[in-house]
Amino acid sequence: MSRGEERVKIIANALVLGGLWLLLSGIYEPLLLAFGAGSVAVVVALMARMDRVDGAAPEWHLKPLAFAAYLVWLLKEIARANWAVTKVILAPHMRLRQHLFAVPVTSRSDLAQVTFANSITLTPGTITIETEPGRFLVHALSYDDATPGELADMDARVAATESRRA
Amino acid sequence: MNWLANAQEILAWGLILSGSAFLLIGAFGIVRLPDFWARLHAASIPDSAGMILLFLGMAVHAGFGLVTVKLVIIGLFLFLTGPTSTHATANAALVSGLRPREGEGLEADEPLELAPDPQPERAP
Repeated sequence: MSRGEERVKIIANALVLGGLWLLLSGIYEPLLLAFGAGSVAVVVALMARMDRVDGAAPEWHLKPLAFAAYLVWLLKEIARANWAVTKVILAPHMRLRQHLFAVPVTSRSDLAQVTFANSITLTPGTITIETEPGRFLVHALSYDDATPGELADMDARVAATESRRA
Repeated sequence: MNWLANAQEILAWGLILSGSAFLLIGAFGIVRLPDFWARLHAASIPDSAGMILLFLGMAVHAGFGLVTVKLVIIGLFLFLTGPTSTHATANAALVSGLRPREGEGLEADEPLELAPDPQPERAP
C-alpha cells in the first residue's frame, strides 16, 4: 500500500470512528468530546500499526443488493427454524435425532464462507462445528433426510451473492 | 392520533413479550435437553428469535431517534458475535474429543484432521 493510500485510509477510519462516537454519545460537552477525540486517535494509531504488521486487508467481494435479499431470506429461515426447535423443546416427548455430518461449501471468498457458517449457526437446529477446505462439519439436533438439501440451498444462495470468483 | 400511539404501544409490547417467551423457551430447552450438543441448540433460540424480537420491540417502543440507531448497531453486533461464540464453544468441544450421540441409524462424519491451524505467513 502506498503512502497516499495509507493516509486516505487513516482519515477515513478517523471520520467513521468519530461519527460513531458522536452518534452513540449524544452528549456534546467539551470534556466528553476531548475524550472522544483521544480515543479515536489511539484506535486509529493502533489500526495503522496493525495494517503495517500483517498487511492483510479483508476483501469484500459481495453484490450489495443480492446480499440484502439474502438477509431477508435468512430472517425468514431463522423464524422457521426457531419455530421448529421450539416445537421439539416443548413436545412432551422430544424427538431428537442428533447427527454430525459434512456439508460441501461452494463459495470461495472468506466473507461468503463466514456468512454461510454463521447462517448455519444462526438458524437454530444446526451448528457449524468445524471448517475445513471445501466442507463444514455441521451438527443437527433433529436430522432428517431434508436437512442436507436445505443446507445445499443455503450454500447456493450465499455463493450467488459473491461478485466474482476469487 | 391517540389510536396510533396505542397501536405503537401494543405492537412494541407484543414484540417484547414474544421475545421474552423465546428466552424462556431457550431456558427450558437448556434444562430439558439431554447433553452438551443438544443444549447448544436450545441456547441459540434466545440468541436469534429472542434477541431479534426484543430489539424490534424496543425499537418500536422508542420510535425514530438516537436510541433506535443504537439498538440497530447493538443488534448487528450481536447478529455477528452470537453465532461466532456458539461456534467457538462447539469447536472447543470437538477438539477436546467430545462427540455427539448419533441418532438411530446415523453415523458421524469425522473431522479430516485435528491439527492446529497452520501459522499465517508473517510479513517481514
